[in-house]
This record gives sequence, C-alpha cells and structure tokens, in this order.
Amino acid sequence: MRYMLNIYDDESNWGTPSPEEFKAVLEAYGRFDQEVTESGAFVAGEGLRPVSTATTVRVSNGERMVTDGPFAETKEQLGGFYLLECKDLDEAIEWAAKIPGAQSGCVEVRPVLDTSG
Amino acid sequence: MRRGAPGPGHLRVAAPGALVDRLFRRESGRTVASLIRVLGDFDLAEEAVQEAFVVALERWPADGVPAKPGAWITTTARNKAIDRLRRARVLEQKAAMVAGLEALRAEESEPEGLPDDRLRLMFTCCHPALTAEARVALTLRTLGGLSTLEIARAFLVPEPTLAKRLVRAKGKIAAAGIAYRVPEERELPYRLPSVLASVYLVFNEGYSATAGEALVRRELCAEAIRLGRLLAELMPARPEPRGLLALMLLHHARRDARVDAEGRLVLLEDQDRSLWHDTEIEEGLMLAAGAAPDRYGLQAAIASEHVAPRTDWGRVATLYGELAVLDPSPVVELNRAVAVALAEGPERGLELLAQIEGLDGYHLLHAARADLLRRLGRGVEARAAYERALALAANPVEREFLGRRLAAL
Repeated sequence: MRYMLNIYDDESNWGTPSPEEFKAVLEAYGRFDQEVTESGAFVAGEGLRPVSTATTVRVSNGERMVTDGPFAETKEQLGGFYLLECKDLDEAIEWAAKIPGAQSGCVEVRPVLDTSG
Repeated sequence: MRRGAPGPGHLRVAAPGALVDRLFRRESGRTVASLIRVLGDFDLAEEAVQEAFVVALERWPADGVPAKPGAWITTTARNKAIDRLRRARVLEQKAAMVAGLEALRAEESEPEGLPDDRLRLMFTCCHPALTAEARVALTLRTLGGLSTLEIARAFLVPEPTLAKRLVRAKGKIAAAGIAYRVPEERELPYRLPSVLASVYLVFNEGYSATAGEALVRRELCAEAIRLGRLLAELMPARPEPRGLLALMLLHHARRDARVDAEGRLVLLEDQDRSLWHDTEIEEGLMLAAGAAPDRYGLQAAIASEHVAPRTDWGRVATLYGELAVLDPSPVVELNRAVAVALAEGPERGLELLAQIEGLDGYHLLHAARADLLRRLGRGVEARAAYERALALAANPVEREFLGRRLAAL
C-alpha cells in the first residue's frame, strides 16, 4: 500500500535558523532519505517553501479564482511530504516516527487511494 | 448438519438455549477472529457467526448439543460464510477466500490450539490509529459478542451513534491498511498500551458506573476480565497484562460487598469480607505479585494492600507516589493524600489535598476533604465540604452515601 506522509510544523519556529541549525536539519533529513531509500519504501518526497509563497486556485462555475496564501490559515503548515510503499499502516507509522519533523511538529499518515481496482 | 435423532456424541442438556448463550459469549470471539483472518472482512465474519448461533438455537433443543459445540459453531459459521460468498458470485476474488475457509476445516478439530486469531483481532481492534471509543466498541462487538444495542446501552450512547462508530472504524481498518496481525516485539511499546487501556476502559465503565443499568455494568466487568485473562494467557512473556488482570480481579472480587442489600455504597473498611470472592482475590494477589511496576502493576499492588487483613497505608502512599511519577495526575495525588492521611494523620492529608490543582469540580476531592475534616472534629467545614461533594456527584449510589455522611455529622 502507498502512504502519503505529510509533515506539518509551525513555520514561525523557523524564523531565522542559524547556519548550524539549518545544517543539522538537512543532515537529519539526509540520513532519513538514505534509510528510506535503501529499504525500498521510498517512492517520492520533497520539502516545500514556506506558505508565504503559496498561491491558492479555485475554479467556480468556470471562473478562476486565484488568491495569495495557503488554502487555510493553520497553526502548523504543510512543509514537506514523503510518498512511501509500505506493507501496512504500522510500517508507515514506523517511518513517520523517524522523520525529523515529527519531533518538532507532526506527521500525518494518509493511505493513498488505489484506483487500479 | 444432520437433523432428527441425536447421533452419537450428542448429549441432551436441560436448557440448550442457556448453553447457546454461554457458548456465544465464550466462543463467538474465537470464531469471528478466525473468520476475519481468512476473509479480511469484519461484517461477513460477524454475520456468519451469528447465523451459526441462530442455527444452534433452532437445532440443539431437538438434536441435542454436539460433543464439541465450539467446533460445531466454527464449522457452521464457515459454511454460512461460504454460502454467502457463493451467493455474492464475484467468484474470482472470492475463490481465494473460499479456499481459505475450506482450509479452516483442518484447524477446527482443535480450536483450543488457535489462540493467535483472537490476539490478532484484539490488536487490530485496539490499534492506536482508532479512537478510544471505537476500540472499545469494536472489541466488545467482535471479541465479546455483544450486540450494538448492548454496547450502546452500556456506554449510554444512542444505538445509531454506536453503529456509525463501528462502521467508521471498520472502514478505517480496511482503507488505512491496519494489519490483522500481532505486532512485533519492537512495536509492542506503542501497540500494547492501547490494548490494555481499552480493556481497562471496559472494566472501569462497568465498575465506576456513572449511570445506567446495574446488570449490564456487571457484565462489562466480567467481559473485561475475560479479555484481560485472554491477553495474559496469550502473551505469557509480557508482565503488563498480568498486572491489569490482577487489578481487575482484585476490584471485581469485592463486587458483592461494595453495595448493601439496599444498593447503598459500603466503604472498604466496613465491607463484609465473607462476601468477597476468595478465589478471585487469591488469583489477583498471585498475579499482582508477579506484575511489572507499570501503571497497572502498581495499582494492582495497591489493590492487594486494600484486601490485606491489615492495610499498610504507608506502603499504599509510597505506591501512589510511584504511580504519580509514571502517570502524573491530580486524581493520583488525591489518592496519595488519602493514603498519607491514613498513615500519618488527617492534618498531613489535608495539607496534601490543599496542594492539588484542577480537581475543584471533582466530587471525590471534596468528599475526601470532608472525611478528614470530620475526623479532626471540624464539623462546620466538613459539612460545607460534603455539601460541595453532593452538589457535584452524579452517581445515585454515591449521592446516597454522601447524604448519609452529611446527616451523621
């Protein structure tokens, strides 16, 4: 089964990380990426720029509505994701707990809709 | 399934209906668990097992009870499931399930040897990815064989609400890929607590009746003990289930002494110990002695002190202190304060009670304070505290008790 692991965190905690902090986080993600790739579970994964750079698009009755900002103002924001192939929810939870972002924020585990039948 | 005269191996019993009832309680969880493993479908498994018991109710009074009623139920349920699958006629997908069901036949001869299905089912039903309410409802439904109406009554929710809760939980198990397996050793630290907590929740709902029918509630306690026993037997290498089982046994053993003939609450120190169930106490004490010093084991040790001929309140206070470290809560602090009061005197207890924060709306805090003030002869303050406790208490049995205490001042 495929699972989307969405990483949420409070961006305001990330005001201006020192170069050392930034490096430490990058290295932690580097280690996670390596482990999850070597296990064969990795399908895709990216980090996102802050929600201040987000644009939200809606189409209502054929009319396009484009607004600045995320779809909703929340305390924690989507900051990145992994798409993993796991045997069951427990394996996905196991990976989620290893994502560095789970320690400062949280990781939402969502099963991917399987449309192949 | 033959009709007519009872064959060899069938025996006549006075009331097959009552036997079917008892058997349903004991065996339905086992059979449902096996069928879910093969089918991966909660509803189909439950329906097939229910049908099997309906057949038993029809046939056993005339045909006699089969020699191995449990195996008979599994066979019949399996056949019912095969019938249903064949009728559904999406054969390609169902073929594998039918094959799995056929294979169940070999295992039937010895249902005692198949405990893993129930353990699996318990871990699936109590997965931490489900809400606490859903875990309890699913466990009682599938392993306990309780009807949605019975569960709804026990937890004081409308039946449609409970039915929706079950549908949603089963939906999530299927869609989110919650596995039907016993977790690996390394997963247990995050999987076992939610199983233990669900069983304890069932027990507490029965024990500390906030309202509802007394009979249903006693059944809940018995059911929780049955589940706890199952866990302790199926995970003999883990000490946690033993602590939980000990805790529940030691409380439940005093059920007949907790309230008097008029349904009034009787304090531990005033209870008629001849009404305690000795075998349960003995088993509880033995299990408690071998339990881990976790939250259940510590509470079991406290309960062991409570049933001792002479309670060592100093030790109870120490145990509550350890519990407060593991599981800090104002309720634990309240219990510790009461134990300290009994060990070191009411003044010391009052000091500790005064330090507890966040329990002002909890009737037992005021009841404890009132009792200590009463012991110190501070009648006016005791009266005010009892009145406050009475204003906050919801349980009629407790209200009656507080009213009696207030009147006796």
